[in-house]
Formats: sequence, structure tokens, C-alpha cells
Amino acid sequence: MAEPTTVHPAGMDYVPHAAGFVANEGPKLLTSRFPYEDSYTLDRALATGAYVGLKSALGRAPDDVHAEVREATLLGRGGAGFPAGVKWGFCPEGVWPRYLVVNGDESEPGTYKDRLLMERDPHQLIEGCLIACYALGLSQCFLYVRGEMALAQERLATALNDAYAAGYVGRNVCDTDFSVDITLHWGAGAYIVGEETALIESLEGNRGMPRLKPPYFPAAIGLYGKPTIVNNVETLANLPWILEHGAAAYKGHGSEASPGTRLFAISGHVVRPGVYEVEQGVTTFRDLFYGDNFCRGIRDGNDLKAFIPGGASAPWFFEEQLDLPLEARDVGAAGSMLGSGAMVVMDHTTDIVKACLRVVRFFARESCGKCSPCREGTSWEEKILERILDGHGRPADLDLLLDIGENISPGPYPVAAHGSEGLDAVSFPPRQTTICPLGPSSVAPITSALRRFRSEFEARITRRDSLSVQAAPVAEGAPA
Amino acid sequence: MTYFTEANARTAAEVIANYPRPRSAIIPLLHLAQEQEGWVTRDAMVEIAELTGATPAEILGTGSFYEMFKFHPVGRYVVNVCTNISCQLLGGEELLHHVEESLGVHAGGTTDDGMFTVEDVECVAACTEAPCFTVNYRYFHRADPDTFDAVVDDLRSGRSPLARGAQGDDGHVPAHGTLGRLRQHVPDDRRAGVVSPEEAGEAPVWLRPAPATAGDSDG
Repeated sequence: MAEPTTVHPAGMDYVPHAAGFVANEGPKLLTSRFPYEDSYTLDRALATGAYVGLKSALGRAPDDVHAEVREATLLGRGGAGFPAGVKWGFCPEGVWPRYLVVNGDESEPGTYKDRLLMERDPHQLIEGCLIACYALGLSQCFLYVRGEMALAQERLATALNDAYAAGYVGRNVCDTDFSVDITLHWGAGAYIVGEETALIESLEGNRGMPRLKPPYFPAAIGLYGKPTIVNNVETLANLPWILEHGAAAYKGHGSEASPGTRLFAISGHVVRPGVYEVEQGVTTFRDLFYGDNFCRGIRDGNDLKAFIPGGASAPWFFEEQLDLPLEARDVGAAGSMLGSGAMVVMDHTTDIVKACLRVVRFFARESCGKCSPCREGTSWEEKILERILDGHGRPADLDLLLDIGENISPGPYPVAAHGSEGLDAVSFPPRQTTICPLGPSSVAPITSALRRFRSEFEARITRRDSLSVQAAPVAEGAPA
Repeated sequence: MTYFTEANARTAAEVIANYPRPRSAIIPLLHLAQEQEGWVTRDAMVEIAELTGATPAEILGTGSFYEMFKFHPVGRYVVNVCTNISCQLLGGEELLHHVEESLGVHAGGTTDDGMFTVEDVECVAACTEAPCFTVNYRYFHRADPDTFDAVVDDLRSGRSPLARGAQGDDGHVPAHGTLGRLRQHVPDDRRAGVVSPEEAGEAPVWLRPAPATAGDSDG
């Protein structure tokens, strides 16, 4: 290919046109079909055990199926990690109809797994939707796919058309009295729609703004005011395996608190970035970043500067958190979250002020504008960081940033311990003056970066000549 | 006067029939309008309002919330360059700079020949394959300036650039507005039937007395 450019840093395992997924060693509950080139077709799916879990479910009473999923302790994979079987139990008795809304609006920066699951194995997701609908008596399923994912939509449309024709979806599924339609719905570009009540607003044809809580769960009052289960794509994709092999087998993987496997997307400055299927609880961040089975270290043998453990909304971690297990409880106590399974690794060459601004800018751009602290606060944060980066920062700006954060998320904000400074961790989650966590999330990069790298911000403020807005990595041999 | 072509009017009716309430079809119909003309016109909004029982202002209100809907003409190809954190770390901003320089427009602008609109976008879920860009929402992974130049060259010469794109996507890149090159279509004899919230009667049939029995048939 071409000469090395500024865009591809040396030292990375560069695969042109790569597809994201890396077939590491380990149990494959979700990605067993991925290595096949035609993994997304009905023929391949049927040849590799698709719809076996569904048939097993249909042979049992719906309550039994629900009990199996509750027993499996399947934790939601969208970010909050709430047990799906428990969430399912929040539907009020005797209120009908109930709906299923699939959250396929994957947009959290760093997150790349639901798109893969939809593109590479749409039948697994469809089977998961059917199992959920059967178990809970859900009358219709809306598969809300992020608008920008054109290939995922095509693959799901084809898979649905084939599954309808083959009798797996629609009227009398597999010749039983279970009937349900799955409707493919396209989003149109809005991060906030990933919040489940905003997703429902969007599905009702409105601006995607979160609803006031309570009720906290749309299982009580959701789509069209009816009980609605909202589940993430990856959560539902686990159901066929659980129903085929049983909750006990599922709990044979991962840890007691977090059974099964998860898809983790590890991006940034690692040698082999990729999406890996990983056993939760028994694997550490260090295993993922440095292990031969996973990312194989930091590029060029560089030092780790910081990493985001669970998507842009997660407070940052550092060298001293590397040995934490991938366990929600431990990561939460250490001041962050596993969130959407997205890790972003930054090596020592990273311009922290720039990285911090970029994450904050995301939240400023994506704020829906419903709550003032978020609407005003996130854009203030962005403006202030921008002027610091531009060399026009003011001495009071760093405290001002923290003060704005305090207005969106009062009290001590979750942050990792800083051993050498004797600073303890503040555990997750943050408090909020807003009705959804978007605004509070914008505070994460600021408190994380300021606690560790305050001097880098101060240097930008006191040295007016450091106009490194265009701090691009310079190509070797380029004029200085 | 009607806005949608005869074929699209049929599609619109089919889309609306998929939902318990017609307003739920507003976003899909805005996509359909954009597929017809490349952007959402006033006439389109008036017709979507009629079809869904909303007002044109409500259609604009909903539509303007979402980034993918354009209320002015854009290029035949919309190039989205991701500059969010994972891409930024590996040169996404430099890639955007190259795109702007080589096409001669800033992010948000359209080339004079109406071929390309450039956008600086948020994360598109290809983080492990950074830096990346999309053309009409078709992905190009681990892209460098040469990849982008070759893609532009392909499109200007009428060739499909998808061989350079993310694994598994092939065929042609449709003009801006067309997202999926095919649609979900539910045959009437297979349709379970939309369940409207107003019909809130009793539990669905398979939850009543006896559990469903799985058939041996493969369907």
C-alpha cells in the first residue's frame, strides 16, 4: 500500500479493510457464527444451530422461559448492566398489550459490538427477540436500528424476510399459537435516543428527548403508554444460547456476579485493536490490553497514559487500575463503569487536553436540550476547554470547569484513586440534576483528566505560546 | 398534488401499516422522502403530515432533531468523517483536514459540482477500525488519505468504491437518501397483525391456559 502517513501510526497490527472482530481463544457464546463469510444468511444460521433455542423455549411454558433467563443472571449489555430477567418482571399484571423495543442505536463513543451483531448474525438477534416476546407475552417487536448503519439494516431486512418466509417470525411461529411481528425501524442520527425513554419517544414519531422519571422503567409505562421492555441488541443475542444450553451452563462461564461472555471493543493505541468476546469477571484490563490472546500491548512499546473503561461516559482509569477484573461491582467501586463494553487506550503521546475536549464536545453536541444544567453546562464546558486549548485560558478556568460540573452532577464525582497523591476513589454512579445521565457524563473526562494531569491544563493556560490546536502527529522526515 | 411517486406511495402505505399508530412512521417516511429527492422538501413534509395525522410543523419539529435529515440540497455523496475519541487518537482530525483540503470545502459544505458534502461527525461505531469515514453510510475502515482519494476517484469515474470498504459490503453506493438497498416486506399471509394499544383486552393467546407446543416442522 501507500507510504506510511500520519494517519497510521507505526507499531500497529494493520489489517486493511478489517472487519473489527478478532477470533481470540475462549468460549464463543455470541460470535460462534462470525468466522463464516456467509454468517448472516438463513442457510448458514440453520446449519449452525439457529432457532434451536427458540424451539426449546416454545416447548416450555412462557413463565419457565422467563425463570430460566432470571436464573442465568443475564446482565443488560447496553450500559447500565441491570439484570434482564429482573427488568422483565416489572411489567404490571393484567395490562395488555405489551411491546418489545430493541435498542440498536449504538452510538456511545468507543462502542462497536451491536453493529457487528446485527451485520454478522442477524438471525441470532431475531431469535433472541422471539424468545423474549414468547416469555413475556409481548405482542409486537420494534427493532430500532441506528440510522447510520445501512449494512446492518439491509442484513436485518433480508434476515427478517427470510425468517418470515420460513415460518420463524410472524403468524404461528414454528406452527405454534405464538404469533408476533418484528418491525425493522430506522433511526436518524441522535445519540440520546439510546436512552430508553428517548428511544420510545422517537419510536412514537417525536424528538428523541428522555421522559421525566418516575416511572423509572418503561416496563410500567412505555410505548403508547403500555408496558414495554427495552433491551439492548447484545442482551437479546444471548438468549438463544441460554435457552439452548440452560442457565446452569451459562453460569459456567464468567464469574458468579457476571456470568457469560461480553463483547468488548478495545480501540486506541493498542497493537491489535478489535472486538473480542471475553469472559467477564475472570479477565482483567491488563489481560485485555497486554495479553497475547487480546490486544498485545501498547503500540511501539509505549507507556499507558490513561484508558476509558466503558465508553465515553465512563470516568477514566490509569496504570494502577489495570489489574481490576472486568466485574461491574469492582469497577464501580474503583470509580468508573464497564458501561457499553468500550475501552479506549491512550498512550503517553496523547494530548490529554485535546482528548478531554473531544469527549466533552461530543456531549455538548448531543445534548437534547431538555434540562438546563446539561444544555447550558455542556456547551460552557466545551467553550472553556476550547479556549484553554487555543491558548486563551484564564487562571480561574479549571475551577470554573469543576463548578459547572458540580451543577450538572452535585457532590463528589466518581473518579479513580490516585495512589501517589493519596487520593481515594469515588465510587460510581454520579448524582444528577438532569433527567438522564448524558449531562453528568460530560463531567467524567474533566474530573478524570484534571485530577491526574492538572499540570497539562495549567501549562496551556500559563504558556500563551503553546498554540497546539493543530497538534497533529508529524510524519517522520517532515519539516519541523 | 401528491409528493410521493406511485411506487413510494405504496411503500409509504406499507410502512404505516407496520405500526399501531401512524405517527410512528414519521421517521421512516422522512427517510423515504429523502430517498426520493436526496433531501426533505416542504412538499414532502406536508404530505407526510397528511399521511400520519400530524401537522407539517410537527414533521419539521421531529425531523430537525435528527442529524441525518437534510432540509436543503446536499451532495450526491455525503462523506462523514469521524473525529471522536478513538478516531482522533489515530488521526481522524488529520483525515478530515485532508478531505476538506482535497475537496475544497469545509465540513458542512458541498462541492460546486454537487457531488460531495463533507461532515465532521460523532462516533459511527467502528472504533477498533479507526480512523474511519463513511460515504452515504457505507463504511471505510482504517482509512488514510490515499484510501479517501481512491474512493473519490472511483465515485467520480462511476465505479463502486466498496471493494475498498469494510469487509462484507459490496455492490454500488446509492445516491444520498437511500439507506438500505432493500426493505423489509411482510407478506399478508405471514403477518401476525399489528396490536394497537387501544385493543388492550387480554393476554395474547399463547399465554392463556395451556402452553404452546413446539411443532416438529422446520417451518
